Amino acid sequence: MPSMNMIQALNSALDVMLERDPDVLIFGEDVGYFGGVFRVTDKLQQKHGLHRCFDAPISEGGIVSTAIGMGAEGLRPVVEIQFADYILPAYDQLVSEAARLRYRSGGDFTAPITVRSPYGGGIYGGQTHSQSPEAIFAHITGLKTVIPATPYDAKGLLISAIECNDPVIFLEPKRIYNGPFDGHHDRPLKSWKEHPQADVPEGHYTVPLGKSRVVREGSDVTVLAYGTMVYVAEAAISETSIDAELIDLRSIVPLDIDAIVKSVKKTGRCVIVHEASKFGGFGGELTALIEERCFYYLEAPTQRVAGWDTPYPHAFEWDYFPKPSRIVDALEKAIRV
Amino acid sequence: MPSIKSRQNTGLHIPDPICRPGDEPDFSGLIIPEAGSVPRPNFDAEEKTLRSLPYGLIRTLDDKGEAKGDWQPNASLESLIIALKTMLLNRAFDAAMFAAQRQGKTSFFMKTSGEEALGAVPSLALRKDDMCFPTYRMVGWLLARGYPIIDLINQIYNNAEDPLKGRQLPILYSAREYGFYSLSGNVGSRIGHGVGWAMAKAYRGLDSLAMAVIGEGTTAEGDYHEALTFASVYKAPVILCVTNNQWAISTFSGIAGAEETTFAAQALGYGIPGLRVDGNDTLAVWSVLEWAAKRARAGLGATLIEFFTYRAEGHSTSDDPTKYRPKDEPTIWPLGDPVNRLKQYLINHSAWDEKRHQDAISQAELKVKKAAKAAEEIGILGTSKSDIEEMFKHVFEEPDWRIKEQIKEVGI
Repeated sequence: MPSMNMIQALNSALDVMLERDPDVLIFGEDVGYFGGVFRVTDKLQQKHGLHRCFDAPISEGGIVSTAIGMGAEGLRPVVEIQFADYILPAYDQLVSEAARLRYRSGGDFTAPITVRSPYGGGIYGGQTHSQSPEAIFAHITGLKTVIPATPYDAKGLLISAIECNDPVIFLEPKRIYNGPFDGHHDRPLKSWKEHPQADVPEGHYTVPLGKSRVVREGSDVTVLAYGTMVYVAEAAISETSIDAELIDLRSIVPLDIDAIVKSVKKTGRCVIVHEASKFGGFGGELTALIEERCFYYLEAPTQRVAGWDTPYPHAFEWDYFPKPSRIVDALEKAIRV
Repeated sequence: MPSIKSRQNTGLHIPDPICRPGDEPDFSGLIIPEAGSVPRPNFDAEEKTLRSLPYGLIRTLDDKGEAKGDWQPNASLESLIIALKTMLLNRAFDAAMFAAQRQGKTSFFMKTSGEEALGAVPSLALRKDDMCFPTYRMVGWLLARGYPIIDLINQIYNNAEDPLKGRQLPILYSAREYGFYSLSGNVGSRIGHGVGWAMAKAYRGLDSLAMAVIGEGTTAEGDYHEALTFASVYKAPVILCVTNNQWAISTFSGIAGAEETTFAAQALGYGIPGLRVDGNDTLAVWSVLEWAAKRARAGLGATLIEFFTYRAEGHSTSDDPTKYRPKDEPTIWPLGDPVNRLKQYLINHSAWDEKRHQDAISQAELKVKKAAKAAEEIGILGTSKSDIEEMFKHVFEEPDWRIKEQIKEVGI
């Protein structure tokens, strides 16, 4: 099985779907001839034709709006928003149209679209290339929000997203495009080579939306994470003697509530980790769900490790980014009681 | 306290209509060319040869109901009679549903008054495999295609037979089989869907098209300019339309930019043809749609059409137009009434007469009355609605655990 980094795995998913389904087409800023600023659509235009993978005007609202119309007609557009930070001009289209079209028309029209977008920090991208907006999509009924953390999942989840008949926001943790990043920015970069989750089959396969992945079993505390934070949490756990169970959520809508509840009932403790700022973040929802469903099993207050409640600061990247030591502190707090 | 006029005396220009309540209505500033005076270019003419069209006004029917010039539709007298009957049905429907709202049978309604041609005519002029991305003043599209009136009323009453199962505000219909895209209360947010739909048809190599319509007030939304950009860039087979009915609730068209140019002229910046047409002139409306459709089907891309018309009544059941414009303004609109103008044309061609007209009105009223009665027997807003589980359906293709748990919580 070939070893792929996340970019290659995503590219392979798109390639497979363009090959399999003539209703699939790709467009977005710089995705055509050039293959995207992160190269995720590299060579797809050359291989499948101009009309299957093409450049779009710099108009996120227009890109998503056009995709919804195509989706309503019966195509399966996959559009790229170059950075999740730029998705807000399309937010009205996603909230008022894509998310509600099926509901308000009683299934008469649907929006089977996939909106891919690199998200998250750790690349010195400053305020406009680093944000994690997942919570603003999770809040919107009718949208699915998927965040892969491995090359294998990236491909399988993206194929599931494209085949899904509901609109899917597919957020790609760009810090781990080229290798798993453990949060220690001062250490040498790791690549996906040799990583077991970088073994990616060439052909078609799916990873279902709404099924989490146990990264590490443990009995002391449950750690919930997604995207880059899976590796940061993994590193943090390895720096303690705490036997933590680490769950990669893979998608936050649909959410694998059963797996979360099962694990927290087992451990009685929970630490939630995300890059997005804390207040109103998805960690708040997770905390509430855990309290509603596991209250009598809880041994300690659930801990949240998140970005600070500031805009994403350029020079303070590593002060802002939830680093392993902050997760270690949270783990210790969680098991202290 | 200084007068309003003196307080306006600053360097900042705030557009303000000439007439407000209490003033004599005045349309003397409108330039209305003679019917037939705008020549009809070939449908495949290059855009650069069409650049004067947005500043003219395509008119076919003159004041006597004669058809002039070469913007004559390829429509038989029989199909024009269908258009007229549809407009009369639309009028009867509006009157009955407006009254029903006032009687408390529903929460909300919007009339089409004065704009009846703009629903009926495109519905008849375009094909069954074309898709309309309508405004909420285009019920005529559905009526012209025989959509059951009782289903419209069931939707307006949100009763147990509402096709949209009580999920949507009255009149925000959806009818894919009739070429009518799902309406929403957000204005302008579907115009880009029309472009996407049209691009999908072109992608598949089909020659069907999309027609997407917004009001002149909505041209200020970014969605409109995004749609024009995409339509132009990809030569989408779409007819983009701006219904300029002069009023956006209480705001006159000057606040949307009408003081300085025409809405049709916005096409110039996008390199697509812009046509400005008398929206109360059934023949001219039909003809420009045929022209734009032929162009789109031939792969020559989008056309922007401004339907120049007048919203003869309030925006909806929630506003009183006499509070912001002169009471008599609708009656002196210089481009007349679309029903009367078409009627006169048909009478001139011995295809219609006063008796048939009165009969058609009575038949339309009877049809609506029957449908309304049948709908009322099912129920009105508050006395009848779909089963409560409908509230939870169609959020996703398959409900997730949240929906399933909440259904249980409601106790279904």
